[in-house]
Amino acid sequence: MESTQLLIQLSYVVAAGLFIYGLKLLGSAGTARRGNLLSAIAMLLAIVAALLDQGIVEYQWILIGFVLGGVIGAGAARLVQMTSMPEMVALFNGFGGMASLLVGVAAIATATGTFTLVTIVLSILIGGLTFTGSMVAYGKLSERIGSAAIVFSGQQIVNSLIVLGILASAVMFCIEPANAQWLYLVIGLSLLFGIMAVIPIGGADMPVVISLLNSYSGLAACAAGFAINNNILIVAGSLVGASGIILTQIMCKAMNRSLSNVLFSGFGSAGGPAEKVEGEIKPISVDDAYYILEAASNVAIIPGYGMAVAQAQHVVKELTEILEKNGTEVNFGIHPVAGRMPGHMNVLLAEADVPYDQLLEMDDINPRMENVDVAIVIGANDVVNPAARESEGSPIYGMPVINVDHARTVFVLKRSMASGFAGIENPLFYKDNTRMLFGDAKESIGGLIREFGN
Amino acid sequence: MDAVFLTFILMLSIFLGFELITKVPATLHTPLMSGANAISGITVVGAIGLAGTGQQDLSNWLGAAAVALASINVVGGYMVTDRMLAMFKKREG
Repeated sequence: MESTQLLIQLSYVVAAGLFIYGLKLLGSAGTARRGNLLSAIAMLLAIVAALLDQGIVEYQWILIGFVLGGVIGAGAARLVQMTSMPEMVALFNGFGGMASLLVGVAAIATATGTFTLVTIVLSILIGGLTFTGSMVAYGKLSERIGSAAIVFSGQQIVNSLIVLGILASAVMFCIEPANAQWLYLVIGLSLLFGIMAVIPIGGADMPVVISLLNSYSGLAACAAGFAINNNILIVAGSLVGASGIILTQIMCKAMNRSLSNVLFSGFGSAGGPAEKVEGEIKPISVDDAYYILEAASNVAIIPGYGMAVAQAQHVVKELTEILEKNGTEVNFGIHPVAGRMPGHMNVLLAEADVPYDQLLEMDDINPRMENVDVAIVIGANDVVNPAARESEGSPIYGMPVINVDHARTVFVLKRSMASGFAGIENPLFYKDNTRMLFGDAKESIGGLIREFGN
Repeated sequence: MDAVFLTFILMLSIFLGFELITKVPATLHTPLMSGANAISGITVVGAIGLAGTGQQDLSNWLGAAAVALASINVVGGYMVTDRMLAMFKKREG
């Protein structure tokens, strides 16, 4: 191996090590920022090494690409609201997928051997479906298109036909790589499949979809690595692939559903006969809520996507401070699928300066719930639904939930009595110890803060 | 032989990835995801080679487009992850 090539390969080895060590540091909140920095240094090293390659004779297009992408990326990263992180991650997943698709197509010109052709097809296929799938997910998350699941009769058959079409055209492409129509067919069908795969998935299942697409964007990079014989792509791509798969698993477990159920069932679109819940709704005024909170010594706050929508995280933090000054212990209970992506609530609360050790995972807060005087549910619904424990007929039966109904009193901050994202009745609202605080979450909490001020 | 060697790397990295990621606490899952996103921009390394061949052909243009798209991922991903992680603080005292 001549010396430049050796230097490049050695740089890749160091970069791989840094990626791995960076991910390891991401395992704890104290070191995570350093981990991310190491990972960025690894990327820089890999890019510089790639630029040294002697096959590169012209830098202008590379530079234009860098500047264009860098400016867009940096702008988006600075401007994005924390509530919109799921949309941004979805978009970026899509770009990653598209880049891998393009690399796959560009690699055809120099491809030799069936193995390379197969990996090229894989990078086109995974990259393509990641791209369109992510765009649909982006549309649903940003509510540019309806976020409800779209299901129609014969959907499975149509999808199966697409898969068969992809397989057939992929095989034909590997046999006849010179014939461009097979390539176009593979590209077109992969793009179509991405759309078809994501439209039947409802908004409440988005945490699973984003995790899965995240995984795919890594796997696409991995396949592109095989296609151009580059091991740093394989290492980095498979790390991302593994990460996405684990998050997908965690999300599915938190909903007590299998991945195939999430992907194919169109959950929350049809819905069985709604179970009638007996009982009475008991609204409460801000005034009365204040008196109960003022006397409470232990408060748990359970946020959901509604908190993000109402942009209420900052007033929530303010209320927390007032309560703590009043001698009340305040904790947050975070359900794994609260929000629209894994860890969404944690980021929002971190933005509002809530320390991360005040955020308890579901398994930590549930045993403490009996000692909680007031549990405040802000814009969460399905993740606190006791029907998941109690009523076997409920579509979410068996899903682990935060047992707010075990607290002495539950306040539910809610805009109206419409049911949650999944369209499931919530018996929590009818329990004896539940009080409904109707209205915009931000205003209700603002009202409580004013009461404490008086 | 190359194929076997690359597959070998693939297998080891996937297992390593599983081990590393299972240790990341739930509170960091969003930064993990956007950080992973940035890493998946590694495709840029492959795209560089294709965009710099000097031949004004389709491969070259596709490579350049891939460089741009992957750079969005890399730059945006790392920056937004850093922005998020900077907000994570421990309780004082």
